[in-house]
Amino acid sequence: MINVIAAVSTVVVASGEGAEEMPSVLAVPIDELIIGIIAFLVVFGGLAKFALPSIKKTLEDRTNAIEGGIERATAAEAEAKDLLEQYRAQLAQAREEASAIRTQAQADRSALIEEARGEARVAAAQVTAAGEAQLAADRSQATAALTRQVGELAVTLAGKVVGQSLTDDARVRSTVDEFLNDLERQAAS
Amino acid sequence: MSTEVVVASGGLDCHLMSGCGFPAPGAEIFQFDAVFTFTIGTLEFHITKITLLLLLCVILILAFFSYAFRKPKLVPRGAQNVGEMGYLFIRDGIAREAMGKEGDKFVPFLFSFFFLVWLSNFMGIVPFAQIPVTSIFAIPVAFALIVYVTWVPIGIYKQGFFGFFKNMMFPPGVPKVMYVLLAPLEFMSNIIVRPATHAIRLFANMFAGHLLIASFSVAAFYLISASVVGIIGSAASFVVAIALTGFEVLIQALQAYIFTLLAAVYIGGALHAEH
Repeated sequence: MINVIAAVSTVVVASGEGAEEMPSVLAVPIDELIIGIIAFLVVFGGLAKFALPSIKKTLEDRTNAIEGGIERATAAEAEAKDLLEQYRAQLAQAREEASAIRTQAQADRSALIEEARGEARVAAAQVTAAGEAQLAADRSQATAALTRQVGELAVTLAGKVVGQSLTDDARVRSTVDEFLNDLERQAAS
Repeated sequence: MSTEVVVASGGLDCHLMSGCGFPAPGAEIFQFDAVFTFTIGTLEFHITKITLLLLLCVILILAFFSYAFRKPKLVPRGAQNVGEMGYLFIRDGIAREAMGKEGDKFVPFLFSFFFLVWLSNFMGIVPFAQIPVTSIFAIPVAFALIVYVTWVPIGIYKQGFFGFFKNMMFPPGVPKVMYVLLAPLEFMSNIIVRPATHAIRLFANMFAGHLLIASFSVAAFYLISASVVGIIGSAASFVVAIALTGFEVLIQALQAYIFTLLAAVYIGGALHAEH
């Protein structure tokens, strides 16, 4: 350290006197010093102003591009996942609806069948009731007619029996037989 | 080797057993006559091979990176790819490494330093240039000075004038008595020694490397003579000179990296007091 300072000061003294002797290698001539400083400042100014900002920006853009790409891919993946979920939900909903419709249709069918059966039963009951009523009416009509005829026949028979001699057994017997034959003929005709 | 080495070696006729002593290269191989001079105010500017090479470095850097980054594409190719590798190396390997995310602001500053120093160093093995620009002490001093007048004001601005010196000279976690010793040492080490070592480290590495290559090249030339020792010695010196040149490529990149990394560490330390 001391040597350096000594050497430099010697040189400064020497050059100050304008001596022509060999200067020390540790001499620092002011002109060279200034030229060295200017050289650096020119490089620094030129690079900092013209060359380096563009490459700095490019490197930042590249980082952004890479990060942006990853972000975009992530977003697309999330969207695809969402869509898939949505489709699945829709599909499940559709299935549920179809099943509900099927259940409803089955219920409707049973109801219809039940209704038709009920109606048929009612109609059968009506037909039966009507038949029975008709039958009853016919029977009462027949009974009435029969009763009247039997009465008439009894009257007729009694008149005939009374008009003939009740002593003659043979004639009575023949009258009764005739009457019965008449009856049979009537029934046959 | 280039003409100045040949000239420095004592002339084309100076060989072993020709009555000529070994013309070991010295400080004179780092002296260059002015190609032309001009005066601004009272200051005379000497344009030498060194200043011209420095100008060449400036032009090459600006040209390459303007070309590489002229229309940057999202998918890089060709020169942009190479330039981007450099940019990411500075950003991730140096700026963020030393300062964290805050370092992004200083990427252009560090980027300029790394490539200017590297290319200046690299001139040491470029045919016909064959002198590292940074082996001339004024150049590393200029670079270190720029770093110095960057991190000191940043530190004063960020920590306050007294805070800056207090944080520097009174590091916490030390017995109070030790501050008697520590405070002046820390002040010396940060304010005076730091910029000096920053410049000298770069300069000395480049200077020594160039001197070594020059010495073995001169030896290879000097030892060419009608003797077994001369032929073997010359061939060996030549091989060593080539090997050293390869080694220099490594040192050049390494020193540019160290210089830039230190600049980043100094600025990082100024941004936040070490706790």
